[in-house]
Amino acid sequence: MALQPTKSAAPRIVVDWTACDGRGLCAELLPELVTRDDWGFPLIPDPTVRPALRDHAARAIAACPTLALRLSSDR
Amino acid sequence: MSSAAIDKALWYLGRSSGVVSLALLTLVVVLGVVTRSGRRLPGLPRFAVSAVHRTTSLLAVVFLTVHIVTLTLDPQSQLRWIDAVIPFGSHVKPLWIGLGAASLDLMAALVVTSLLRQRIGRRVWRAIHWTAYALWPFAVLHTVGTGTDMGQPWMLWFLGACTLAVAGVIGWRLSARFLDEADRTVGTKLPSSETRLLAGSKGLR
Amino acid sequence: MTILTDRNASADADLAARGALIGLTPTTQHDLRPHLAEHGVLPSLDAHDVRQLAEDSGLTGHGGAGFPLYRKLEAVFEARGRAVVVANGAEGEPASAKDRWLLTRRPHLVLDGLQLVARATQAADAYLYVNDQVPMAALNEVLAERRRTGVDRVAVKLATAPDAFISGEESAVVSDLSGGAALPRMKQPRVTERGVRGRPTLVSNVETLALLALIARRGASWFREMGTSDAPGTMLLTVGGAVNRPGIVEAHHGTPLADVLDMAGGTSRPLQAVLLGGYHGSWLTPDDLESGRLSRSSLATFGASPGAGVVVALAEGTCGLAEMSRVMSYLANESAGQCGPCLNGLPRIAEQVRSLAYRGGDRRAVDEMLRLGGLVVGRGACHHPDGSMRFLRSGLRVFAGEVELHLAGRCGGTSDEAVLPVPRGQ
Repeated sequence: MALQPTKSAAPRIVVDWTACDGRGLCAELLPELVTRDDWGFPLIPDPTVRPALRDHAARAIAACPTLALRLSSDR
Repeated sequence: MSSAAIDKALWYLGRSSGVVSLALLTLVVVLGVVTRSGRRLPGLPRFAVSAVHRTTSLLAVVFLTVHIVTLTLDPQSQLRWIDAVIPFGSHVKPLWIGLGAASLDLMAALVVTSLLRQRIGRRVWRAIHWTAYALWPFAVLHTVGTGTDMGQPWMLWFLGACTLAVAGVIGWRLSARFLDEADRTVGTKLPSSETRLLAGSKGLR
Repeated sequence: MTILTDRNASADADLAARGALIGLTPTTQHDLRPHLAEHGVLPSLDAHDVRQLAEDSGLTGHGGAGFPLYRKLEAVFEARGRAVVVANGAEGEPASAKDRWLLTRRPHLVLDGLQLVARATQAADAYLYVNDQVPMAALNEVLAERRRTGVDRVAVKLATAPDAFISGEESAVVSDLSGGAALPRMKQPRVTERGVRGRPTLVSNVETLALLALIARRGASWFREMGTSDAPGTMLLTVGGAVNRPGIVEAHHGTPLADVLDMAGGTSRPLQAVLLGGYHGSWLTPDDLESGRLSRSSLATFGASPGAGVVVALAEGTCGLAEMSRVMSYLANESAGQCGPCLNGLPRIAEQVRSLAYRGGDRRAVDEMLRLGGLVVGRGACHHPDGSMRFLRSGLRVFAGEVELHLAGRCGGTSDEAVLPVPRGQ
């Protein structure tokens, strides 16, 4: 467990699980990274947002109805 | 164009933009509930339903602006700029105009908080967004109280249709199956003990 | 499973003579004067001293995570704002009783440790966070006496945790003390940076603090002389199940697991498995038990860890799947209910386990519980689903024979008696 956040270059999309309601707008707007599980919650095997997906990720984050998504560059 | 003609144009523009605003507001409320339900519409994925809801509300703001500007500029209406913003202070029909001002104020709050959603957080945004359920009735009452065409059959049909749409969607909102979570459990309590081991077994290895 | 008495003092006189937590004194050190007579006055240490002691002694957290205390202290030192310190005795784990033991029998040591970290972090607030199984009136008296005599320079507030498995989870504790629900929160920012009411917070298990209080008096090298070089010191364990003297024992880190069972009077019947760590811990086979030692590195080879210090011996004749089913249902019911995967996944997993345990049958149940397990791990605000799956997966390995029997419609259990404690009403 690292207390010092390691600033890595690649931003990652992070889910606030207490806010997420499984509505699935993120999976519609960022299908390259996000699929849905049995109950509609986002499955993100690799949360790294490569540059080509930056704008799409921003839209997905803004579109989330419960503000459950954010972009993080810290570990 | 003569001054009288301009005045008449402003008057008609003011009234018609008011009607269009109410129609758009009704559509916004309906789309808002659909957005909350997490459902799609034919041809519209969820993110699109949400986007159309947002765009329609901004369009409503545009028509509302036209409505207020034209009526305030029109000398016949006796309305001052401030009457559109501070409710219940106008010389003409203070209550009914005031309700319109109240719905404008609420709409401003809704639009600003929605634009700043990511900064203000879920709770504050949601609390203010719920006032939309007050905004729409205020707008309808304002129309009924100030509308010049209130006696006209088309106006009555129009108001009836709007009210039916919003009543219907609120009924749906309050219904048990609104969120369509049949495929999810809601944490039903499981019994954690059964008294008998696997039936029909007795210590066989 | 009842937690009865302290282990027999003569069983480890050497350890006792060194004055570790259990020590020679069998009685409760409730009153201040006998506590001071035995341990001496708590030295006045500044932030640097406390941090140095924590680092030199190698003291790690005894709440299950095992995080080095000195690094937590450093994080709080570096954070902005008036600090808050919390002695965490919530102990939501049904099979664990060591924290309750400490709060009942050695409250002054716990509170001494709390004072040390409170003064070191210049904390504005200090909390003693306990569940309702500890004697509240007695604790209030202890706190009052300490305040009156000036022993507690930082006033300590007593707070009660709800009766739930996840009480005691660090972010849930912080949320509760901040006036919110006692439910876990997402981990960014860390509580050491923004915790109770947005202030830097040090949450430390009561055992960790009690050990710190002893280290402050006896020195870091005293602690280092016990245990191993990479796992110094001692730890408390709650030993139960098929042992002759279930109760709280104290063992050096690195002690062979078999010796730990001997400290509890040895096994009362032949064993088929041992649960180590708690309901988020792992099952071990009797073979693992023979070669395993009480340290992170040794236990890691079995995919286990000391955890909250729970050891439950399961005798032959108990159906391991039935035990797991009861616990999995309990764990599913104890989901905080905030995160979709856990809330939806754990009950379905528990249902599959129940089906296998009580209705035998289908290999698909095993496949399904593992598939669902993959969906719940790492997808939540806390490690409840992760820990529950560790418990289940290790059990499927250790009780593989039982699984095969059940799939054939049979069962190896001869006794219906429940071993693993699950609170009433569940």
